[in-house]
Parts: sequence; structure tokens; C-alpha cells
Amino acid sequence: MTVEERKGNADQFPVGMRVLAVDDDPLCLKLLEGLLRLCRYNVTTTDKAITALKLLRENKDKFDLVISDVHMPDMDGFKLLELVGLEMDLPVIMLSGNGETQTVMKGITHGACDYLLKPVRIEELRNIWQHVIRRRKFERRCHNDLDSREDGQKAQIVKSEDGQGAADCYEKANKKRKDQIEDDEDDSEDNMQENEDPSSQKKPRVVWTVELHRKFVVAVNQLGIDKAVPKKILDLMNVEKLTRENVASHLQKYRLYLKRLSAVAGQQASMAAAIGGRNSSYLHMASFNGLRNYYATGGSRQLPTLGSFQPNGVLGRMSCPSALGMHGLLPSQTGQLGSVPNSTSNSYNDLGKIQGVTSPGNPQMNLLQGLPGTLDLDQFQQPKFVQEPKKHLPAGLYGSGLAAGPSTGSFPNVTNNPLLLQPNKQHDRSGGLGNYSSFRMSPSSSDFEIDLQDISQFPRISRYDDSWQGAVASSRDSANAVPILASSSHNNLSPGNIGGNISSRTPHAATKILDESPNIVAVAPLSDPTSNNVQNQVCSRSGSTIAMPAGFDNDPKLSKFNITGNSRQKWDYIFNSNEISSTSLNPSLPNLRITNATAQCQTSESVFINKKLDVDAIGQVHFGAPHVTQACMIDKLISDSQQNFKGEYAMETTSLQTGLNSTGCSLDDVVNAMVKP
Amino acid sequence: MLPLCSRVLLSHPFSPMSLMALREQLNMLVNSMYIEGLLDQQFQQLQMLQDASSPGFVAEVINLFCEDAERILTELTKLVDQAVVDFQKVDAYVHQLKGSSSSVGAQNVKLACIQFRQFCEENNKDGCLNALNVVKHHYYLLRNKFDTMLQLEQRIQAYDSKQQN
Repeated sequence: MTVEERKGNADQFPVGMRVLAVDDDPLCLKLLEGLLRLCRYNVTTTDKAITALKLLRENKDKFDLVISDVHMPDMDGFKLLELVGLEMDLPVIMLSGNGETQTVMKGITHGACDYLLKPVRIEELRNIWQHVIRRRKFERRCHNDLDSREDGQKAQIVKSEDGQGAADCYEKANKKRKDQIEDDEDDSEDNMQENEDPSSQKKPRVVWTVELHRKFVVAVNQLGIDKAVPKKILDLMNVEKLTRENVASHLQKYRLYLKRLSAVAGQQASMAAAIGGRNSSYLHMASFNGLRNYYATGGSRQLPTLGSFQPNGVLGRMSCPSALGMHGLLPSQTGQLGSVPNSTSNSYNDLGKIQGVTSPGNPQMNLLQGLPGTLDLDQFQQPKFVQEPKKHLPAGLYGSGLAAGPSTGSFPNVTNNPLLLQPNKQHDRSGGLGNYSSFRMSPSSSDFEIDLQDISQFPRISRYDDSWQGAVASSRDSANAVPILASSSHNNLSPGNIGGNISSRTPHAATKILDESPNIVAVAPLSDPTSNNVQNQVCSRSGSTIAMPAGFDNDPKLSKFNITGNSRQKWDYIFNSNEISSTSLNPSLPNLRITNATAQCQTSESVFINKKLDVDAIGQVHFGAPHVTQACMIDKLISDSQQNFKGEYAMETTSLQTGLNSTGCSLDDVVNAMVKP
Repeated sequence: MLPLCSRVLLSHPFSPMSLMALREQLNMLVNSMYIEGLLDQQFQQLQMLQDASSPGFVAEVINLFCEDAERILTELTKLVDQAVVDFQKVDAYVHQLKGSSSSVGAQNVKLACIQFRQFCEENNKDGCLNALNVVKHHYYLLRNKFDTMLQLEQRIQAYDSKQQN
């Protein structure tokens, strides 16, 4: 959020932000109230959802934000969520003791801006004001743009059709927004004032009810999506009190949704084209960022913003399911655009959902499918994506955190997104570590599962390589499976290794999915379709794993090894140092042991194990905040590893003395080593 | 039965225990609870929320928790006692109790609830019976200590207000 907002504002936002807290449990309500007051918000509490609705309906401008429990006796929290979104369009945060992916996903698809797990911590509450600002700014932006330049918008959209991809478009919008914010303080203050005192720019909110949206869609279809102009739509709809601006902004959002639906598949390609060449990483980054921006700016009102989702407890809030979840969820929805399936859902939700419908022939629409549990990663197989030459990632790639190589193009994007959704994680593509995909390396052929106590919280995604046995599976079961990085470089890894450091040898990337924390979806490289060998198995404790396609190329390629770490996490990675040469599964890689998985698992760490080393395959999964140290470590590891890998890399706490060298490291050794300390 | 220290404390209502001594007692009690796993970090959050403007915050929260917990335990006892146990209902209550206990920082109780839920999922009646007993055990232990804690608190606050007057 802008600095101006933080300091110079007349109304001192977020201090005094008006929150309505709803929870039937008096203890939790009291606690929540106390914490919110500590954050200096203005709190109103009620233990009945019905009362809450009444309060909200009485005066729509009375509150800025609603926090509601999911399980309430008089009304389902999700229902309340939808109603509030539909009628009042306020940001709603869900609260629950249940952090299961499905539930969280449900919250997000119903339009929650965030999903917090109980017991709530003050740190999380301190950030909730972001949702208010984000929503406001984006809306305002939309209105402004539309008012002033409808044609401009169209042009923008058209341009995106040209192949820039929706992401770019969003990025532009986002950038514009940012520029405006930065450059025009008055404007932002105006925005801020909206809270207290509607500025002249503020328009009365139009609620796009299901009915209204249906009319809108009918009108648009009648006119033809390309020819649909707000004025004409307005006329066709024939609704009183609807202004051209309302329609225009709604149209823009609708268009974006459609774009997303259809462009997702092509996006990768176009992004690749736009971004250039083989750097899938760039591609990913761009699309990723683009998408991220889109979400962040609230492309759909109901779309959760990236980074806002914050898992709590175990892994923090699960932010995973956010927008991505929406898509993932929708496979069952009718694919019709414009159909409004569910009267209770907010129309924007529908739009969001619609997105989930894969555009014809594009199973991956799920960019968002990065969300755990909803993806069928196997679908992700590349075909749709541009297959980049197996080249590699430019040396700097590693630094930039792009894990995957080109071919996996889209995947990384996909997975990245979910990752972005990590709680509070701003995806920051900071140079070095910004985007790291963490790779989970599956051990070589033997099942290699390291149980680390600390890791219990991490879901592990293990990828099966056909030559690997069950490492993956076991990780699922073992409470403390540790993601293991193994490099399976079989052959020559193309030089472009990640960051130049990663030796081409690390073909494996395994994505690790943090389980339990709703947020993370790690993407595991999917097996290379061409190779037939790899079975990707994604396992995660909470089912939130995503397999990433493995490299496509048959050439042994460099395995991309990126690790994205949550800055709060401490990871020790233990690489299974079987070496690649011998097993062709795990090249010598340092063993990483992950420690201290607790609580911090907010990041989605994905470790890719790419057996074939197709860099592309791995794609990247970026989770959350860049973790510089980890990246460094990995770098170091990677570089060291080529062959004699000394293994352990302790990030913070105990480190395993591995002394494992690459050759002949066996699972037992590793396990023993791990057990040692 | 109150623990020894509280008996000693409370058996001499007129003993002019100094404010400092009271505070020390309280601190020691709370620390021991942390150490023994009765309380976890969440309780610290509660403590943090108590300040001049809400001096009785912790007490209120503790009372709410105890009321809630006892109500749930009563229900659970009835449910688990039946010939055919409705595990879903049982699970729902245990889930509630788990939520409250985690909100208040009652670690042992929370952990016991987690295990209880396992048995519910397995539809294991005996397991549930046992688990319920374990939960009760931890809960009552905790409640005793809470009682002492609140009494100490009260005395400290009375002392403070007396001094102010």
C-alpha cells in the first residue's frame, strides 16, 4: 500500500477501520475483538449472522470490512459471505478452525478476500486492512479508466488479444494504477476519503445481482462480444438507474474473464513469444506477474488477492486456494459464459468461476489449477505450452527464481500462481531469490524419505519417476517427510543452469507442497510425457499438491533446481546425493534437510525433481516471498554438487552432517545421517 | 482439591501477602503452566490483550472458556454413553472444544481433543470413551490452575485498587 496512505492521511487509515466481527463462539468473538482493538480498528461484534446482515444492510457505508466465522448455527458462513459480497460488496475475511484445503477453497470461491485459521494471531489481523484498500483502489481505477477512456480500454483489450496475454493487460492496468497512486497523491487521498466521506468520484455502488448479470450477458451475447458497447448494452438491458459507467466497468471485467478463459492456453505461447525465446522463466515470470497483478488488483471483486491469503497455524493461512481455486473448482460448472449458475453467488464469482471452465481444448485453464487438489496435473502436460528448446535457463535464471525451463511454460505459471497466493507473500521478483521454485527432489530409486520432525507440516510432493520408487508416496505418509532434493541429472544438463549454479545436473525437482497449510501448492514437475517414465505423483498431506510436468525433452537436461523458501522457514535441505551418473536419478546433490517446518510453512516450496532434467518441465513454482538465504544455499549446493556432494546444508538449525558424497549415497545413509543429530 | 500452594495462599485470607509476593506467585504459577504444557503461546496473546483499558480481559476469557468447555464435556459424556454413539455429533462437539481450547491457549486440552477426534473418525467407541476421560483430566487440571490464577489476579487487583484509594 502506498506510503501516503499509511502516514499522511486525514483519516489515519487503517487506524479506525471499521470492522464487523461475526462469530457464534463467544470466546473466539471476545478474543477477536480484543485483537482487533489492539490493532486500533473500530470493532463491532455480533454472534449472529442475521444480526450482522441487518447491521450491514442498515447502512452500507458503516463498515469497511467483515470478518466472519465459517461455522455458525444460524447461517452458514459462506452464505453470509456471498450475501455480503453481493449486496454490499465489502471485503469479507473468513475465519475457521478448519484449515482443510477444500474448505479454504470454498471460502475463496465464494469470494472471501482472505481465510484465517483459528486461533487468530495478531500479526495476521494487522494486515487485513490491505483488503479494503486493494478493493477500493481497483474499483476506482476501473471507474476512472472507463469514464475517461473507454476506447482506450478497448484498445487495451484488443492489444491483449493480440497476444500480449491477459497478464500484460493486467500489468498495464496495474501499473497505471500504481503510477497514478504514486504520482497523484491527491487522487489517492481522495480514494482514502472514500472511506469517510464519499468523494465526488465515488459512485453509488451498483450491485451486480444474478439477475442483472444475466441481463447483461444476454445483451452482450446479442450484440456479440466484440461489438458490445456499454451504451448499447445499457439500452438492451433496460434497467433503471444503471449508468453507462457501471455497464462499462462490468463489461471490462467480463471481458477480462473471457480473455482469461480463452487466453490461458494461448497465453503461455503468447507470453513466450512476447517474452522471447527460451526463457521460459521470463515467460513465467511475466505471466505470473501479470496474473498476479491481475489478481492482486482484484480482477474480480471476488477474487482473492494474491498474497492476501494467509494461512495460519500450521502453515499459516492457506492462501492457496485463492483465485486459483476458483478456477479449479469450476470444472463442474457449466462452461457457458454468462450463465449464472447459482443464484446465491455473486455475479463476479460467477465470472471467476467461468474462468475455471477451461476453454475448449485447454485443460489447463487452470492457471489456477495450481491449487491443490483441484489440479490434475497430469493434464498439464505440456502440449499446450510452448515447448522451449531445452535450453536452459539463463544463468541468471536461478536467481530470478524461475525454475522451469521453457517447456513447462505454463505450468510454472500455474503453479506459481498458487504460490503467490501464499499468505502475505508478495511475490517479489527480486532479482535473486524472488522466485524460487522449490524443488523437491525425490530420492533416487530407493525410497528415500527423510523424516524430519520439523517437516511434519510440509506436504510433500514427490514425483515419481518410474525409476524411483515410492519416494513420493512415502513422503505423503510420513509425517515428517522431507523434501529431498535430488538431482537427477542424467545427462548433460544444459549449461544454462539455473543461476548458473545449478549444475545441470539436478534434474530433479520435486515440488513440495506444504500440506496443511492451505496455501500451498507446490508443483511438481510432471513427468516428461515423452519419456513415459515419469509418473508424477504428487502427494501432499492435505492433498494440495500439484504435479508439474516434467521436462519434455528427452535429453537429459538440467534439472532445475529452485527452491523457494518462505522467509520464515528454515530449511535444511538434504539432498540425496545419489548421483546422477549412477542412478540417473539423483545426481549428486546436496542433501537438504528441511527443518523447522513448523508454522512457517507458508511458502510453497516446491522442489522439482526432474528426472529427465528437462528444465522446462519443472517450471517453477514460486512461493511467496523470496527467500534469499535459501536460494543462496541452494545455489551453493548446486554448485558444489556436481559430484561430491557433501550434503548437508543447514539453514538454520541443526544440520545434518552428511558427508554423503555423491557416489553411492544411499537412502539409508541419508536417513542415518538425518537421524544423527 | 486445590493444589498446595493455593491452599496455603488461601487458607490465610488475612495474611498480608505483599503485592510483590502475590505477583511472584502468579508469575510462577503461569510459568509452570507453560512449562508443563498446560498453556501455549496463544495464552500469551491473551495476556497481551489485557491492559489498563481492559483489566479483566484474561479473567473474562478464561471464564468463557470454562463455561464453554464444561457445557461441551457434559454433552459429550451423554453422547458417548449411549449404546449407539453418534460419532458425527461427538466429533462436532470435540471440534468446538478444540477450537476454544486452542483460542485460549489450553494446549493439553487441545491435544487431547485432537486425539479424541481420531477416535471419532474411526468410529471407535471405546477409544472415544477413553479419549473423553483424558480430555476431562486435562481440562480439570487446567481449571484448577486457572482458578488459582484468577484468585491471585483478583487479590492483586484488589491490592492495587486499595493502594490507589
